[in-house]
Amino acid sequence: MKSFNPRAIGLALLGPAIAIVASVLVTTLVIAAVGSSPGDFWSTMFDFPKPRSRVDIINQTAMIYTAAVAAAIGFRMGLFNIGLEGQYTLASYAAAAFAGGAYLSGFANVFVSLLIAVAVGAAWSAIAGILKTTRGVSEVISTIMLNSIAITLVGYLLNKYGVHEGNTVHTTRIDLVSGWTPFENRDGEIWTLVIIAVLAGVGFWVLLNKTRFGFDLRASGQSETVAKASGVNPHRMIITAMALSGGVAGLIWMPALFGKATNFGLGTTFQAGLGFLGIAVALLGRNRPIGMLFGALLFAYLSVKSNDLTFATNVSPSIVQITQGVAVLAVVVAYEVVRRWRARLEQRVVAQELGTATEATA
Amino acid sequence: MTTTTTTPGPVGRVRNAARANWLFIALGAVAAVSLVRILTDTNDLTSVGTIRAAIIATCPILMAGLGGLWAERAGVVNIGLEGQMVLGTWGAAFFTYHSGSPWVGILGAALLGMIGGLLHAIATVTFGVDHIVSGVAINLIGVGATTYLAEATFTDLEGGGPRQLIGLPTPTTIDHIPGISGPAADLADKHWFFISDIASFVAAMTTKISLLSLVIFALVVASGWILWKTSFGLRLRSCGENPQAAETLGVNVYLYKYVAVLISGAMAGIGGGFLALVASSGFSTNQTNGRGYIGLAAMIFGNWRPGGLLAGALTFGYTDSLRLRDTHAVHSLLLLVAVALIAITVLRIVRKQIAGAVAMAVPGAALLVWFLSTDSVPRDFTSMTPYVTTLFVLALGTQRLRMPAADGRPYRKGSAG
Repeated sequence: MKSFNPRAIGLALLGPAIAIVASVLVTTLVIAAVGSSPGDFWSTMFDFPKPRSRVDIINQTAMIYTAAVAAAIGFRMGLFNIGLEGQYTLASYAAAAFAGGAYLSGFANVFVSLLIAVAVGAAWSAIAGILKTTRGVSEVISTIMLNSIAITLVGYLLNKYGVHEGNTVHTTRIDLVSGWTPFENRDGEIWTLVIIAVLAGVGFWVLLNKTRFGFDLRASGQSETVAKASGVNPHRMIITAMALSGGVAGLIWMPALFGKATNFGLGTTFQAGLGFLGIAVALLGRNRPIGMLFGALLFAYLSVKSNDLTFATNVSPSIVQITQGVAVLAVVVAYEVVRRWRARLEQRVVAQELGTATEATA
Repeated sequence: MTTTTTTPGPVGRVRNAARANWLFIALGAVAAVSLVRILTDTNDLTSVGTIRAAIIATCPILMAGLGGLWAERAGVVNIGLEGQMVLGTWGAAFFTYHSGSPWVGILGAALLGMIGGLLHAIATVTFGVDHIVSGVAINLIGVGATTYLAEATFTDLEGGGPRQLIGLPTPTTIDHIPGISGPAADLADKHWFFISDIASFVAAMTTKISLLSLVIFALVVASGWILWKTSFGLRLRSCGENPQAAETLGVNVYLYKYVAVLISGAMAGIGGGFLALVASSGFSTNQTNGRGYIGLAAMIFGNWRPGGLLAGALTFGYTDSLRLRDTHAVHSLLLLVAVALIAITVLRIVRKQIAGAVAMAVPGAALLVWFLSTDSVPRDFTSMTPYVTTLFVLALGTQRLRMPAADGRPYRKGSAG
């Protein structure tokens, strides 16, 4: 499919198209079933976002996209890193705690904090990689366990070393990195570290398509035996890919920390759940850099725009969680259906060509 | 274990030996806990109250694990248990409120869980989607749907709010069984070695226990019996071991997988119903809090067997209940685990497995030092216990665990040729 082939492009877009139709249908049905008006819901959602929402959508897209890249690094190799949630929670805490300590100043402090986030995320996910290669433990189960351990561990560390204020506890406040204000001041700013998402996306593309490591990674994902036969060390690949995935995961929340939050507090400033959204978006975008960008934008749009629902309609904003979930399930089913259909189509074409060839020689 | 025979052949003997081993391990565990209780003078470790709390904490984990067992025995990995369970919490609350009967509520919980299971079955069995991917999506849908449905249906109810519904009728509680509850409680209060601990368990099982807890324990026995002693169960398990072979024998593999995943969802849903109706004072959003995953862990811990699953769920439930009680009790458990690890070290040295011995000695010694140098364990660490235990068991025992051979593998009708 190197050359321009309208049918191939049509088939590639068929999956997402089916998924969007399915999630719109299910969402409409659920809203109607509880007696609210689907019309109000859709007209609110399709209203062009206000400047403030536009800024929010860009910031959220960046974080969700980084999470999706982190998930995709593992997925492309056939590794299910379900542990993004734990990795970025622990990494975010570590980075926020270091930054709050103010051992360095200005730019150096931000930079080293980011490095710490990467290191902690990578180390935490490498545990799953090492357990898989040395003890044969499925990374799905170990990362799920590590998620819960990480979140409890952060709760403990925060309680012990954090700043207690009333009922809440958080890390020491830090200075923000000023961002870019595209509209009025009250509409908020686009955070500087949104650049992380751009770098992650470009880096992911270059890594996969232009480096030997990327080739090995994709080869291992397609067939471990083939990769091994062509000289790839599968154990090292698993640990490296897990660590890389976790390292990128460590950066997920960094734009928000230095852009708005100023500190890390569980249930207050820290935005949980981005890891699972990232997994969903990676699935939605088939682990492709551009596909995931559209997926991240869609999810960010749904999440931010749903806030308008509270005052414009009687539909609760949590409805978009159903839309997002159904979109993911529908898209993976649709991809599978399209894949089977395409295989049958190709078989038929091959059979036809062989048939004519036989006739020609006869 | 692909055989269901109980005749005293070589296989039967192995099975009986394995069963006897489980009994010895269980009795040994009780004896060890009892010894630690007396040594550290923490009677709360096996008080009737603690055991009662442990049973309540065990039941949801057990149901999630049972859900996992049904699905995985038919070859479908069900990571979506968490989502199916959380759907069950809403189903239980909704149907209990509108029917007035908690048992209708439990059926409603099973129904909602089954809907989650149906989604998973359609995606994985009919369309051959990767099981983990589908499970992740179902968890997203489950949490989203529950949050939304709760806001839409509970906000205006009496005792309700956008995130909760309290004041629901609960399933019947068995107050006491004459002739057993009283004497057992008296015996438990004597704090004798071993006997009082067993009596404490008997007292907890017969006094102020929800009928639903007993139903859940019965479901474990029933599942084990159906899966291992009936031809239906044999066929279902054959779909998890070798679906192609099952197909050549005329088993409708798709049908069996569908039934298994639907039952799996229903089990997880009932677990959610238990959380909403028995374990707490009512429904609240995100009530499951990862119990679906712990159930999955308990099933793996138990080597995809009902007996092992029960042991895993009881262990996790017990540590979970201690977290809510005395912090000293947990501290004395450190000694128990340290002693256990050191005992395994000695065993390994005797068997000349030096690497294995070192792997046990290091954490054992570390725990012993921890026990001797502190007086209490932070609560956060206690709540980590199930997860850390699972990681340890997997890391040390994966070679010994055996999951169904075709678990998680895609299967398409007609692939046997």
